[in-house]
Amino acid sequence: MQELFNIFIKSIFIDNMVFAYFLGMCSYLAVSKTVKTSMGLGLAVIFVLGITVPVDYLMNQYLLSAGALSWLGPEFADVDLSFLSFIMFIAVIASMVQLVEMIVEKFTPALYTSLGIFLPLIAVNCAILGGSLFMQEREYESIWQATSFGLGSGVGWLLAIVGIAAIREKIRYSDVPAPLRGLGITFIITGLMGIAFMSFLGIKL
Amino acid sequence: MSVEKKEKEALFSPKNRKLLINPLHKDNPITTQVLGICSALAVTAKVKPAFVMTLSVMAVLAIGNVIISILRNGIPPRIRIIVQLVVIAGLVILVDQVLKAFVFDVSKQLSVFVGLIITNCIIMGRFEAFAMGNKPWESFLDGLGNAFGYGWILIVVAFFRELLGSGTVFDYPIMEKIGVYNFGYENNGFMILPPMALILVGIIIWIQRSKDKTLVEDK
Repeated sequence: MQELFNIFIKSIFIDNMVFAYFLGMCSYLAVSKTVKTSMGLGLAVIFVLGITVPVDYLMNQYLLSAGALSWLGPEFADVDLSFLSFIMFIAVIASMVQLVEMIVEKFTPALYTSLGIFLPLIAVNCAILGGSLFMQEREYESIWQATSFGLGSGVGWLLAIVGIAAIREKIRYSDVPAPLRGLGITFIITGLMGIAFMSFLGIKL
Repeated sequence: MSVEKKEKEALFSPKNRKLLINPLHKDNPITTQVLGICSALAVTAKVKPAFVMTLSVMAVLAIGNVIISILRNGIPPRIRIIVQLVVIAGLVILVDQVLKAFVFDVSKQLSVFVGLIITNCIIMGRFEAFAMGNKPWESFLDGLGNAFGYGWILIVVAFFRELLGSGTVFDYPIMEKIGVYNFGYENNGFMILPPMALILVGIIIWIQRSKDKTLVEDK
């Protein structure tokens, strides 16, 4: 239980998807103009990560990794299908995003229209595929660890995008030099936020 | 009935040359189109991984653009995204295997980011914006142009990060050779850390937009 909690906290602050690994930057930069849409997108990302990472974990355990197919029979014990990981993971993610899109359209149509094209674009959000690839690389021991990692990464991403949206709403009234307006100042602010998040690196979990 | 022979456009006509040159500055994928940011920031701690990443993206983008352009009239609109993803994933798997075979140490440094080329917005972005509506040769040039635009930003950021952060360039210990360490100069370890890449790109955008007022965003 302690281990699960540690992984959860670690993936929110120390291994933050945006500030430590730069995943999900495109939608992060494009959707963060208001806090409301950022919150909606962040929640969608948590949901998608929370489901795709455990599902991909199961696929990795029982289908893809070296020796995974041994449950089918001893003659399959040396089959290594890990090179198919990319395609399999993307297939799971694309279908999950389609599902989320249908749910959001049905239950919160206002959010659906305000997110627009960025909801289906979660499918190519590097944070989602990155979550699954990191899970595969770090070789978590159980599906609960994988889920804890997935949910934590999503929460970390939500924190980052809501944070930058709040700041961007405020600096609309500041005197930013013309060439830096918009994209440039957002990059620099994100860099500063990244430096701030680095203070968590000293925490040993 | 007179049949007009369609004039074959020269391989490197001005229009085609524009496809190669625009993405370097005006239509730069990273600083103007805001695509491909993730990998641009993450692999630029040293110049060598940045260079290998640029070549990988160039291969996937140029070849992918040609494939999608050839298939463009045969793809049903509803499953278009899936077809594009399959083409990209297939090419990335190939690139990943080639990297693992020939430059294993760099492949380890790039780790998940080779796989993440699949979700690199530049590739999907150019497929949708260009390859789906244009002929193969033009699409090839567009792919190359955007890869160059992406690449020069990566290499510039990596150059400064590696030079100021580790004192080397492409693993050549240039700072040691110049001898600045004798004057008390120390490597700025901060540059190796991720946030500095963000700030460097911000500065590049600043310089780019100061030189070219048309790129400045309206209030």
